[in-house]
Amino acid sequence: MLESIETVISALPFLGQGALVTIGTVVLAMLGGFVLGVPLAVGQVYGPMPLRQFVRLYVWFFRGVPILVLLFLFYFGLAFQLELDISPFAASCIVLGCTSAAYQSQIFRGSINAIAQGQLRAAYALGMSTPMAIGAIILPQALRLAIPGWTNEYSILLKDSALVSVLGTMELMSRTKAIATSTTEYTAFYLAAAGLYFIITFAGVRALRALEARVRIPGYTPM
Amino acid sequence: MTQFASSHGSPSPDDAVDTRPVILEMENITKKIGGRTILHDVSLAVRQGELKVLIGPSGAGKSTFLQCVNLLIAPDAGNIILKGEKVEPHHKPSLYALRQQVGMIFQDFNLFDHLTAQENVAIALRKVRGFSKREASLRAMAELERVGLSRRAGLYPAELSGGQKQRVAIARALAMDPQVILLDEPTSALDPELVGEVLAVIRELASNGMTMIMATHQMEFARALATEIIFMEQGRIIERGSPDALLAPGAGTRTADFCSKLLAEECGC
Amino acid sequence: MLGFTDPSVLWDRVLPALNQGLGMTVLLVVPSAILGFFGGIVVGALRVYGPAWCQRITNIYVAVFRGVPLLLQLYFIYFALPKWGIYFSAYQAAITGFILCSAAYHSEYVRGALLSIRQGQTKAAQALGFTQWQTVRSIIVPQALRLALPGCGNEVIYLVKYSSLAYTLTFIELTGQAKELAARTFSYIEIYLAAGLYYLVLTTLAAWILRRLERKLAIPGFGHPH
Ligand SMILES: Nc1ncnc2c1ncn2[C@@H]1O[C@H](COP(=O)(O)OP(=O)(O)OP(=O)(O)O)[C@@H](O)[C@H]1O
Ligand SMILES: [Mg+2]
Repeated sequence: MLESIETVISALPFLGQGALVTIGTVVLAMLGGFVLGVPLAVGQVYGPMPLRQFVRLYVWFFRGVPILVLLFLFYFGLAFQLELDISPFAASCIVLGCTSAAYQSQIFRGSINAIAQGQLRAAYALGMSTPMAIGAIILPQALRLAIPGWTNEYSILLKDSALVSVLGTMELMSRTKAIATSTTEYTAFYLAAAGLYFIITFAGVRALRALEARVRIPGYTPM
Repeated sequence: MTQFASSHGSPSPDDAVDTRPVILEMENITKKIGGRTILHDVSLAVRQGELKVLIGPSGAGKSTFLQCVNLLIAPDAGNIILKGEKVEPHHKPSLYALRQQVGMIFQDFNLFDHLTAQENVAIALRKVRGFSKREASLRAMAELERVGLSRRAGLYPAELSGGQKQRVAIARALAMDPQVILLDEPTSALDPELVGEVLAVIRELASNGMTMIMATHQMEFARALATEIIFMEQGRIIERGSPDALLAPGAGTRTADFCSKLLAEECGC
Repeated sequence: MLGFTDPSVLWDRVLPALNQGLGMTVLLVVPSAILGFFGGIVVGALRVYGPAWCQRITNIYVAVFRGVPLLLQLYFIYFALPKWGIYFSAYQAAITGFILCSAAYHSEYVRGALLSIRQGQTKAAQALGFTQWQTVRSIIVPQALRLALPGCGNEVIYLVKYSSLAYTLTFIELTGQAKELAARTFSYIEIYLAAGLYYLVLTTLAAWILRRLERKLAIPGFGHPH
């Protein structure tokens, strides 16, 4: 028992580095998903019919295929079959980012639709163009409304990031598995990893809650 | 410079010949939604400084007509002529120019929820008219002052009363220096005790010569200030004329009939 | 190296293998979904109506299984538990993990549904002479099930996708078959796309059934709390 704890403590720097890789993967995927998800959502709400169909197809695909299959498809497909020079880390970020974009687009679509439609009419009545009204009126509100959904998406993405270990990215999960196998201290290391995942989830959720409070509009509660 | 610089006083409906220029003309506006005709050939010409009041039962098409004027709703047929020039609905610059010159006040305010009162007024100045941030906030402050809200400039819509919200909306429209303002039942969503403050602002605008088209059920207000009352029903203009002519005791008009019904509803008898 | 220039390769080797994997995936998903759902109902009910100590334990259970990656849970069950004398086959370990994890998620929706049923209705039923059990059976359950259905249904769709994790425990289901085929043929893109298509069919089918069920059970004006 005591021995196990000592083994885990001596391995903490090794696991900590893995945690940093995990955090990096999740942050990049979140940001990528954001940058892609916002235009997808805007396209689905305000775009012309073909664009709407495209977004629906995109969301359908990335929400319907397991992340493991997507990881293999992108990494082995791109790196081995098309012989592109792509690292497992990059492939992981791309796959998680594209998947998250599908989910984030639906979060943003929901929050765009939650904004009183009259505001768009008021913006038009003042002579604003559609892109102007979306940029200045709709998105600043929709993005605020999306933060709780975003917080949820963060904790899902963090857990999904463990899957990239199948590509050999040296993040928290694959390091835990490797060291647990080599020391045979399975219980201790898996519990330690669980603790680290808890801490990362908690810290991220706290940060996003703080952001939510910071950008809150006084007195405002959406309908 | 501003709309208040207009030299015209309160219009007097008794003038035999009106020589003031026509600013805005709607010709034969027709609108169908889902196979139903909601506006049949509605025409209206508005002269500088006039206050046209639209009345009529719910579903008459007043809101639809007003939104056709600044093309928030595209009519199926008919023309909008602003200062002698026909507006091309499908030509974007012409459309945006029309909307800049025709302000609109909504029943439910439609303030931008994420912006303070001052920012609500300033945003279109910056985005649409290209004011600098500083110019825009100065101008916004001046407009809020005009509607008596300079002390509330930093508050968000959710922190304002209904009457205050509507006054911010009026300031927001005024800041664009519109030629005409459309008001769609601006006081219907307000608690009775807040109606007065908004009507006072509109009255002030009228006496300064602002050109307005207003849908309202406030008959006292219409009787006192309207240049012309237009009674609509089922998408058609049924009657039109000066308040005195339409509402005279024993005039026997549909308008007078409608008004007495409104009054009866109000006192609950 | 096998290419897809020869269509018989596709028909003779790839599809039968993927179909076999699909069968294994179904064998994973169906029992996990059913037992996970019933587990979720029990846990959800305990979290709302159970005694205080029971609520505390079930809340911790849910926090743990929702807070830790499923892959980690599976590894724990498959690799760590044998050290404690508990042995599972790959299939049993996968199923156990799926059931425990999805019961935790299901219980969230069940709990939310139970909490959102107004107290007044229980009082009204009691005033009409319903027994406790009758109240639960004919007032609470019909409403709670409808409220929880969309969330629980989505959970089953997730389960279809996450069943792919079983391959990491060496249980060869759809993803595992695809991986073996791809490694042998080097036709990674074609084979993983084909496997993706299989999953798309499964998830789309599940979503379609869920929508039909929701529509069938819909009550006008019910279930739109916002
Ligand atoms: N988007 C729409 N789709 C279908 N019908 C509509 C739509 N908008 C308006 N209508 C119909 O058009 C008619 C006129 O509506 P409008 O809102 O212009 O009336 P109104 O005179 O403003 O009534 P109110 O006094 O209630 O505001 C109504 O019968 C309404 O049902
Ligand atoms: Mg109306």
